Amino acid sequence: MPAYKKRGSQTVVFEDTPVITSWASIVGPKEGQGPWGGDFDQVLADYMFGEKTWEKAEKKMLQEAINLALNKRDLQVDDAELILAGDLLNQTVSANYAARELARPFLGLYGACSTMAETLLVGAMLVDGKFFNRLISATCSHHYAASRQYRFPTEQGTQPTPSTQWTATAAGAVVLEWAGVGPRVTSATIGQVVDLGQTDVADMGSAMAPAAAHTLKTHFEDLQRLPDYYDLIVTGDLARVGMAIAEQLFIRDGLVPRPNYSDCGVLLYDEKQDVDAGGCGCGCAAAMLCGPLLKKMLAGEINKLLLVATGALMSPTMSFQGESIPGIAHAVAIEN
Amino acid sequence: MNVDAKKMHQIEIQEYQNLVDGIKPKPDILKNCIWAFLVGGMICGLAQLMVNYLLALGMSRIDAGSAVSCIMIFLAAFFTGIGIYDELGKRAGAGSIVPITGFANAIVASAMEYKREGYIFGVGARIFSVAGPTLVFGFAVAVLVGLIKVFLSS
Repeated sequence: MPAYKKRGSQTVVFEDTPVITSWASIVGPKEGQGPWGGDFDQVLADYMFGEKTWEKAEKKMLQEAINLALNKRDLQVDDAELILAGDLLNQTVSANYAARELARPFLGLYGACSTMAETLLVGAMLVDGKFFNRLISATCSHHYAASRQYRFPTEQGTQPTPSTQWTATAAGAVVLEWAGVGPRVTSATIGQVVDLGQTDVADMGSAMAPAAAHTLKTHFEDLQRLPDYYDLIVTGDLARVGMAIAEQLFIRDGLVPRPNYSDCGVLLYDEKQDVDAGGCGCGCAAAMLCGPLLKKMLAGEINKLLLVATGALMSPTMSFQGESIPGIAHAVAIEN
Repeated sequence: MNVDAKKMHQIEIQEYQNLVDGIKPKPDILKNCIWAFLVGGMICGLAQLMVNYLLALGMSRIDAGSAVSCIMIFLAAFFTGIGIYDELGKRAGAGSIVPITGFANAIVASAMEYKREGYIFGVGARIFSVAGPTLVFGFAVAVLVGLIKVFLSS
């Protein structure tokens, strides 16, 4: 009985659809002032979160988000059989150090800003495959920690371009279980790395849009579904520039994006918040999912959601060596 | 990839670039230039006022120039430290990068950034992470010009 859960070239469907029984999100001050500020579990008063460095603050956000998600279900850390997590920093330090504190079996995953979908789809496979009963999928990002690693020292006076994105300070965690009450993960499409030669390090949206379009097209082909199957299709962090490009690519592929298509990078902030093209970072899709989106699913406002978290697999080293920026996108279908 | 596939990929990349170029918003060059002109001009104007003041006090032109450079570097470092210079740089671009204050900002911002990794491997090793190229090529050009002068005058 080889691979009977696989559909088409890149998609898997779940048999005993894993349940998202609990979730939690923690965001920074700027995200808290955005249009969805009231939908996150915790809004930080400052970027330090009581720590001495931004990296440590990021790690603490991830750790607290995981704790919070478990506590909401009256569970303790020991009840989680496995933690799947990743982040944007070198050696995925936030995830590794959070896992050190949590002291549970841990698999670190890196998919740049697509990590929320990546941990979710791997987690769903492990639960559906009957390897684990209860696990955590989580990710985080921190604006200033990412800024100093990928761009310039934070106090340096550099001018952003209109396509520059603002890395979200946010963390999100979900509890995935084989049984329970909550939205279910029904299928997932594992993206392939797509690179159409974009080299502008101040424009991740253009680098990622082709990957998002490829994954979406494949998802609908593999499952022989139409886009209107979903109440909402939401990409991770293409932001305004990438989303506009992605919409053109969808139309080219015969998909009708509007009105049920949006992007977490566009949604997370208000246009007046001085974030240029919009939000980005692992936390962008994670906080939107573990805040407003799952909340809306619980309320029945959204019944079928397709999260297509997008990642720019950018490395400053490779960019300096003249390489273009590869993109990736993973799709996860969540249904009531 | 065989030759045909490579060619197809090149065409795909070119087509995508055209799509991106059509959608991606261009920076507002006129607005940026006006900001750069005003802020850069104000920084230089402020320095000139100080030079004039020191000259009026009887200082020599060379000494006044050195003193004002020091004051401007101090001011830039100060405003970087209290988190204002980067806000200015966001709008002014080259207007606040090109003057000597921009150089001071690049060094102080690096020093602040890497202080958390300690004084040796943080501040010490990385203080010139942004300003380094300016120094390296500045020194290189200085040596070259010096050599040319030696040859011309001998």
